[in-house]
Amino acid sequence: MIAELGFVALLLAMALSVLQSFFPMIGVVNKNLWLMQTGRPLTLGVFVMLTIGFLCLGYSHAVDDFTVAYVANHSNSELPMQYKISSIWGGHEGSMYLWIYILSGWALAVSIFSKSLPRENLATILAVMGMVTLGFLLFLILTSNPFERILPIPPEDGRDLNPLLQDIGLILHPPMLYMGYVGFSVAFVFAISALISGNLDSAWARWSRPWTNIAWVFMTLGIALGSWWAYYELGWGGWWFWDPVENASFMPWLMGTALIHSLAVTEKRGMFKSWTVLLAIFTFSFSLLGTFLVRSGVLTSVHAFAADPERGYFILALLALTIGGSLTLFAIKAPGLRSRASFTLFSRESFLLINNVLLSVSCFMVLLGTLYPLIFDALGLRKISVGPPFFDFFFTKLMAVLILALAIGPLLKWKKNEYKTLKKFAAIGAVASIALGFIAMYWYGNGEINFAVWLGLSLCFWLGFGILKAFKDNTRNAKSFMGGLKKLAPSFYGMQFAHFGMIITTVGVVMVSNYETEEDIRMAVGEAVQYDEYEFRFEGAYPVIGPNYSAMRGEMLVFRDDEKVVRLSPEKRNYNASGQIMTEADIDAGLMKDLYVSMGEELNSNGDWSVRIHIKPFVRWIWLGTIFMSIGAVLAILDRRYRKTIKVKN
Amino acid sequence: MNHFKFLLAFFGLILASVSFAAFDDHRFPFDDEGLKERYEALTYELRCPKCQNQNVADSDAPIASDIRERVYDLLNEGATDKEIIDHMIDRYTEFVTYKPQMSFGIMWLYIIPTAVLVIGLAFIYLRSRKTKEAAAPEQIDEKEQQKLNELLK
Amino acid sequence: MNRWIYFAPAFLVLAIGGLFLYVMVADIDTKNIPTPLKDKALPEFALPSVHDPDEILRNTNLSDQPYLLNVWATWCITCRVEHPVLYRLAQDEGVKFIGLNYKDSRDEAIDWLAEYNDPFSKNIYDEEGTLGFDLGVTGAPETFFVRGDGTVAYKHVGEIDYDNWNNKLKAIYESL
Repeated sequence: MIAELGFVALLLAMALSVLQSFFPMIGVVNKNLWLMQTGRPLTLGVFVMLTIGFLCLGYSHAVDDFTVAYVANHSNSELPMQYKISSIWGGHEGSMYLWIYILSGWALAVSIFSKSLPRENLATILAVMGMVTLGFLLFLILTSNPFERILPIPPEDGRDLNPLLQDIGLILHPPMLYMGYVGFSVAFVFAISALISGNLDSAWARWSRPWTNIAWVFMTLGIALGSWWAYYELGWGGWWFWDPVENASFMPWLMGTALIHSLAVTEKRGMFKSWTVLLAIFTFSFSLLGTFLVRSGVLTSVHAFAADPERGYFILALLALTIGGSLTLFAIKAPGLRSRASFTLFSRESFLLINNVLLSVSCFMVLLGTLYPLIFDALGLRKISVGPPFFDFFFTKLMAVLILALAIGPLLKWKKNEYKTLKKFAAIGAVASIALGFIAMYWYGNGEINFAVWLGLSLCFWLGFGILKAFKDNTRNAKSFMGGLKKLAPSFYGMQFAHFGMIITTVGVVMVSNYETEEDIRMAVGEAVQYDEYEFRFEGAYPVIGPNYSAMRGEMLVFRDDEKVVRLSPEKRNYNASGQIMTEADIDAGLMKDLYVSMGEELNSNGDWSVRIHIKPFVRWIWLGTIFMSIGAVLAILDRRYRKTIKVKN
Repeated sequence: MNHFKFLLAFFGLILASVSFAAFDDHRFPFDDEGLKERYEALTYELRCPKCQNQNVADSDAPIASDIRERVYDLLNEGATDKEIIDHMIDRYTEFVTYKPQMSFGIMWLYIIPTAVLVIGLAFIYLRSRKTKEAAAPEQIDEKEQQKLNELLK
Repeated sequence: MNRWIYFAPAFLVLAIGGLFLYVMVADIDTKNIPTPLKDKALPEFALPSVHDPDEILRNTNLSDQPYLLNVWATWCITCRVEHPVLYRLAQDEGVKFIGLNYKDSRDEAIDWLAEYNDPFSKNIYDEEGTLGFDLGVTGAPETFFVRGDGTVAYKHVGEIDYDNWNNKLKAIYESL
C-alpha cells in the first residue's frame, strides 16, 4: 500500500506542478493578482506531495519491500540501515526522484526568501520553476517510476546496492551534488524571468547572487566529496580522472564559477548583461547535460546508470525544450541589452572578463574532449579515447594564466587603473614568487629541479602576495591594520578566502601529481620492505566477516626510524549478494602526506600477497582548498546589501 | 606440497624476514629509474580495453595486467614509447590510448579550443580599447540607480 | 553588430543535441570496438593443439575454408552458456569452428570437451594467452570470422546465441 500511496503523491505533485506552471503566468499576462499569488501555495503543495512520496520510498527501502522493483534492484536485506536509506539514490529512478525533490525544495526556498521581489517577477520565477519540475516529473512517472511493483512473484531478496556505493561518501555525495546541479536552476529561472519581463538590471543581478553562491557551494563540496570518495574507495588512489561523468559535473561548476564573477560586474557596473544571462542559462544547461549523459548511456563511463534508449529520448526532448527554448528567448531579447559603460584594458572589468574567458574556454574544452569520441563515432571514423593527456594539456595552462590574472584582478579599480600603482608590486612580487617557488621546490625535492613544481608553487606564492596586497590596500586608510580589518566587508573576506582556497587546492594538485609515488610489491608474511622513508611490515592477511561481505584483511605495520607510525588494514572484500570484489584501501591520512595501502592478489598458498603502496604528498590540500572556497562563497553573501533584502522579507 | 618445496618456502621466509633487500620483490623490478618512470607514464596513458573507463595501471582486469606485462617486457627489450603505443594500437586499436594519435581529425581537437581562447581574449582587448577614447560615463546610469533603490527599499 | 550572432549559442546547442539524437537513432554502439585485424591476415603463431601437445598448429596450416575462431576457456562462464549453441551450429548447419583455448589448463579443457561435446575441428592451446594478446582478445568468449585465405572479416565479442546468429552473424559467415 505504501508504494501506491507514494505513487499517488507523485501524481498529485505533478497535477499541482501543472497548476504552478500556468496559473501565476496567466496571472502575469492578465494582471490578475489572485492568480499571481497562487504561485507560492502551489510551490509548497508540490513540495509537500514530493515529501510524502519520498518518505514512502524511504519506508519501502527501510522495511525491505522487495515487491517494489526499485528496492529489489538496489537494496538487500543484509544491508546496514544507513545504506538501505542511501540506496534510495543508488539507482536511476530514485536518484531522479531525489533530483526533482531537491528542485522543488529550491523552488520552495525561493518562494519563502524572495517575498520582496516584485509580484510579477516572483510569479514568473515560480511558474518557470514549475515548468522545469513538471517536465522532469513527467519523465519520472512515464519512464522511471520508482514505485513500480514486481508482481505476482517478488524476489526473496534484493540484488544489493553496488558495493562501491556502500560508503559514507555515497550517502553524502549525490545529494550534495544535486543540490548544486539543481540549485543553478534558480539563477536560470531568474535570468529567464528577467528576459521575459525585459528588466535585466542590477537588481536582478543582486537577487541572483546569493542563490548562485549557495548552489555553487553545494556543487563545490559535492565534487570534492566525489573526488575524495573516488580516492579512498576505488582503491587506486586517483582523485580525478576526467571521466565523462566527472566532466559532466565539472562543466557546470566551471560555468557557475564564471557566473559568480560575471554577476559581480553586472551588479556593480550594470555591464555584460547579456553575457551574464547567457552564463546563467549555460550553467543550468550544463547541469541538465550532466543528467542526460549519466542516464542516456551515450557515453562510456565508470559511473553511468544502466542505459535505456527510451529514457534517453525523453531527457533529450526535455533538454531541447528547456535549453533550446531559453536560448531562443535569449537570442530574441538579448540584442536590446547593450550597455554603454566603458572600461580600459587595465581595469577590474577586463580582468573579470579574462576570468570569464578562461573559465568558459576550459568548460568548452572539457565539453569538446568529452564529446570528441562520440563525434568520431557518429562520423563513422575510428574509435578513439580522449583522456587525461588532452585535458591536462589545456587545463594546466588555462589555470596557470587564470592564477596569474587572479592575483592582480582584485587589486584593480573599476573602469580604469593606472599601471604605475601596481608596477612596484608586480615586479617585486614576481621576483619573490619565482625565488620562493624555487626554494620550496628545491627544498622539498631534495635538490631535484622540477619545472612543473617550480612554476606551480611560484604561481601559488604570486597569488598569496596578491591577497596580502589586497588586505594592505584595503586597510590603508584605517588608523591601525587591525582596525582596518574589522571594517572590511564580509564580501571582501569572502573573495579572499575563496582565492586562498584556490592556492591550497593548487598546492595539493601540483605536489601530488609531481611527487606521488607508488609501488606494487610482493610481500610474504613477516616480510618488511623499505619504501620512501618508511618501513612496511606485512603481518599477513586474515579472513574477516562483515555484515554483507566476507573479506581478507591485510595487516601492515608502518615504521619510521624504527618507531611505529601506524597500523594499516586494507581489505579485499567479496560482497555476498552480488559476488563483486572490492578493494578497500587503508589510508594513514596526514596534512603533508597520505600513506595509502591496498591489497592486490593473493599470490600463493603461503599467504604471499601483492600489495600496492602509494605515498601521496599534500593530497588532502586538494579538498581542503575547496572548503576554503566554499566558506568564501558563503561569507560573500553575508554582505549587508544582501542581508538587507532578506530582512525586508521577514 | 612436497617437502622440498616446503623447505624452500620456509627458508625463503626466514631469508625474507631478515633481509630488507628493498625492491627485490617488486612485481615489475626495474634496474633503471628512467625505465620505471616510463613504465608508469605508459600504463597511465594506456586505456584498459575491457573496462568502462580506466587506465591500465589502475585496473584489476586480467587484460590490463596482460598489457602491463607486455609494456614491461617491451621496455626491457629497449622499445621506445612510440613503439610500445603502436604495438598496443596494432592489437587493440587507437581506443587503447588516452592520447589520440595526431591526424587531420584530431588536429581540430586542439585547434578549436585554442581558437576560442584567442577570440575571447581578442574580444576583451578590442572592447576595452574601443571604449578607452570614449569619455567614460558614470557607473550605473541614473534611471537604473533610481529603479534599483526603489526595488531594494 | 549583427543580431544573428545572438543565435550562435542556440545553434551550438542544436548541433550537440543533433549529435546525441543521431547517435541514439542510428543506435551506434559506442562500446563496440571493431578488430584492427579486419581484412588483415591472422598474426603468425605456432602453438600446440589442445588434444595433442606434439601437433603444432600454425596460422598457415589451420584451414583453407572459412571458419570461426572461437576464444574459450573452462573458467569462462559465458563460454559454458555458448557452448551448446556452437555444437548445434557445427552439427546442424555445418559451421566450421576452430577453438582457441585461452589461458586454461590442458587437462581441464580436455575433460570439458569430453563432457559437453566438441564443436571444434581443431583446438589451439594458448596457455599464456600470447596469441590471444596478438589477436586483441580482451576476454572470453570472442569469435573471429576468418576467410579461407586466412584474413579476418569480423570479430564478435560475447556469446553467440541463436538470436544474434540468425539476425546478423549467419549472414557474415555465409559471406566469407
